[in-house]
Amino acid sequence: MTTSEKDPVLVVLQLSGGNDYLNTVVPYSDSLYYDYRPSVRITEDRVLRLDDKVGLHPSMRPIEQMYAQGDVAIVHGVGYENSPRSHFRSMDIWHTCEPDTLGTEGWLGRVVRELDPDKENVATAVSLGSTLFRALSAPDVPVACVDNLDSYGLLTSISDERRREKLLERYKQLYAPAIGNGPVMDFLSRTGLESLKGADILKVAPERYSSSIEYADNAIARKLKAIAQVHLAGLGARIFYCDHGSFDTHSNQMGAHAKLWRDISTGIQDFFDDLREHDAADNVVMLVFSEFGRRTQDNGSGTDHGAAGPSFIIGDRVKGGQYNDYPSTKPDDLEQGDLVPNNDFRGVYSTLLEDWMGLDATPIVNGTFEKPAFL
Amino acid sequence: MADKEIALMAHLMRRAGFGASSSELHERTAVGYEATVEELLRPDRQKEVDMLDLLRYHPWAWKPGTAQGMGHASWTYRLLNTQTPLQEKTALFWHHVFATGVSKVDHWDEVMDMIDLFHDKGMGNFRDLLLDMAKNPAMIFWLDNNENHSHAVNENWGRELLELFSMGVGSYTEDDVRECSRAFTGWTITPKLPRYPMGRFDWGFEYKDDDHDHGEKSFLGHTGRFNGEDIIDIICEQPATARFIARHMYNFFVADEAQVPAWSVTPPRDPEAIRALSKALMDNDYEIRPALRLLFNSDFFKEARVSKMKSPAEVVIGTLRMAGGSEFPAPGLGMLSRQAGYMGQDLMNVPSVEGWHTGAEWINSGSLMRRTNFFAEVMGDTERPGVRAIVDGMRSKGDVPPGEFVDGCLNLMGPLEVDDRTRGQLVSHAAADGDLRWAPDEESESTERVSEMLQLIVSLKDYQFA
Repeated sequence: MTTSEKDPVLVVLQLSGGNDYLNTVVPYSDSLYYDYRPSVRITEDRVLRLDDKVGLHPSMRPIEQMYAQGDVAIVHGVGYENSPRSHFRSMDIWHTCEPDTLGTEGWLGRVVRELDPDKENVATAVSLGSTLFRALSAPDVPVACVDNLDSYGLLTSISDERRREKLLERYKQLYAPAIGNGPVMDFLSRTGLESLKGADILKVAPERYSSSIEYADNAIARKLKAIAQVHLAGLGARIFYCDHGSFDTHSNQMGAHAKLWRDISTGIQDFFDDLREHDAADNVVMLVFSEFGRRTQDNGSGTDHGAAGPSFIIGDRVKGGQYNDYPSTKPDDLEQGDLVPNNDFRGVYSTLLEDWMGLDATPIVNGTFEKPAFL
Repeated sequence: MADKEIALMAHLMRRAGFGASSSELHERTAVGYEATVEELLRPDRQKEVDMLDLLRYHPWAWKPGTAQGMGHASWTYRLLNTQTPLQEKTALFWHHVFATGVSKVDHWDEVMDMIDLFHDKGMGNFRDLLLDMAKNPAMIFWLDNNENHSHAVNENWGRELLELFSMGVGSYTEDDVRECSRAFTGWTITPKLPRYPMGRFDWGFEYKDDDHDHGEKSFLGHTGRFNGEDIIDIICEQPATARFIARHMYNFFVADEAQVPAWSVTPPRDPEAIRALSKALMDNDYEIRPALRLLFNSDFFKEARVSKMKSPAEVVIGTLRMAGGSEFPAPGLGMLSRQAGYMGQDLMNVPSVEGWHTGAEWINSGSLMRRTNFFAEVMGDTERPGVRAIVDGMRSKGDVPPGEFVDGCLNLMGPLEVDDRTRGQLVSHAAADGDLRWAPDEESESTERVSEMLQLIVSLKDYQFA
């Protein structure tokens, strides 16, 4: 596979735990909002207005600025029918595009298989975090699962570099393919060398990196910085995945939600500034989503699990603005007290796949869905 | 004591448990193979793990609700401390079969109850277990039987009961699925009480007679006003059921088979073994214990060494038990209990009712790196009592050349069996630093070298197999 540096790159940032739609993109001109939210509310004077109807959470100043520059698309009312309001199940649905059956293959796993069918680059997809997100998992599709980029690799608990090098050299020989070992052992050999190769490839990213941007010291900033480092190193990575949370704000939401969005907004702005400084922003698009929104009515100190949420698509090539309508907040229009999704998440994926990654979306998202035109 | 006997005992303890230390293997071999199988089959004669010790330090582990992470902590604690390894292994086996995930159940407590049930009754009677599953709140919700009403049949549980939990595809018709599902209408859970901040109150089983379809059903050639229990009786009369469960047992305890959905089109690796196991089930009215006894005492089991890929749970628990030092419920328990998940087997959160895909499908570049790094970290810690015991074992052999150094380590860790080529690599690695010597000024360097050899051994392809 040949990659030019300008191949389209997709970064997915998952807001784990269920982000509160109403306090993220606030319908500040809607009096019902204040009725539903006697305690967990953003007062009108603090809303960062986008237009005469909605505005952003006051922690999202950097996003507001990027929105003003036309780099942020907000898709309203995203979700799917019959939301189960379960974190795990809902996240599975987003990851597998299978709302009716239990799917095991991730949509981005399929994308990696399309992008690199011969597995020429084991770092085509890079996942930041301890667990491999199901979105990226598909049989025999390599994904570099990076907990900490600076210490990514095999046998990292061995601190003596000389000893570690010696052991890695031996590991390479032990995993060298051998005749007559049978298919399972061959597969293990291949996989062992793949992980070694992935580590070797990614190792150079922090070494090659230099930037005037100083990221904040928090979890999401560290992940976004690692993504920038790998992207800027030109290693051919096309898909990045990371998450931040927990957005599961059943109680004490006001302070927690503000901090989460402050860290994320600042991190995203630093990330794109970093890429722009290196002339490497124009082939990157970021999707920000959460598995569901939260209950319309607050519970006194927080909010419970809901349904529809907003998706953010950010990047220089994005057609900024708002897509789709804000779901109706009228009591009769709510389902089990929640905003009803009016835009299938698989449509958002489809726009990203077809109009950004240049792939046929139908087999990846399991169907054809209306595509919001943010690209 | 003959090495052959020790190696066979090591095989038994890896499959019927999570491995055993060199000294335990010697003790057990002195008692004898069949006597050890009998002992493993009688967990009631051993001391139970004291779960109150865990709750004293981790009160959240009792009812973790929807809290992330603590759900598998209590099972991990029990797995690390159990003196009845086959009982736990059998619980893990049924968890593979009756695959249920917190992803949908959304609440650890009910899935934990299901694991407890496997722990308590997993070596009992299969028919009873099926009935328990039909009444299990986690299972009912997982397979939507709470949505299975007399006026609107939901076939999810009815279908999986036949397809994955008893007979397998090809042994029944679509009409049977329908009739089976009708018989389970009204088998539901008590209403979900309101949430409190970190979860909700536990569900219970409830049979609603007024939501049960009392009409006549035709199921597998039988006709009557069947209720769920009648269906389970009919299912258990079918030779297909015994055969299917036998195949599950073979796949889990003996050797890797094709993935479950392929069983209807892929013949078993060893048809004779499946026949023997199904006969043991049928002859003993589906008692599990006699079938396990036959399995572990059979030649097909004894000859199946190194023919199964260890699952993440097996290899994590096995490595931690070998290294020792994780028995106490210290603050890191939550981290330890997540390790298998990082390697692709999130306990109590099976991705789908089909169960985990096992064998080579456990391995990908991320999960293999996870395995290697975690095991190397554990075995590199010479403070751990099990690692220390291996170092002491090597020291007691005195100064040895590289070949004996490698064989000594492989022996004390298992004994582990590796092929000649691998052994050659290990020996040449050891040879680079010469003989292993225990003079006072060389002792700390030699301790390091042993630990490094252990790290290399757990990084082997061979270590991934049982």
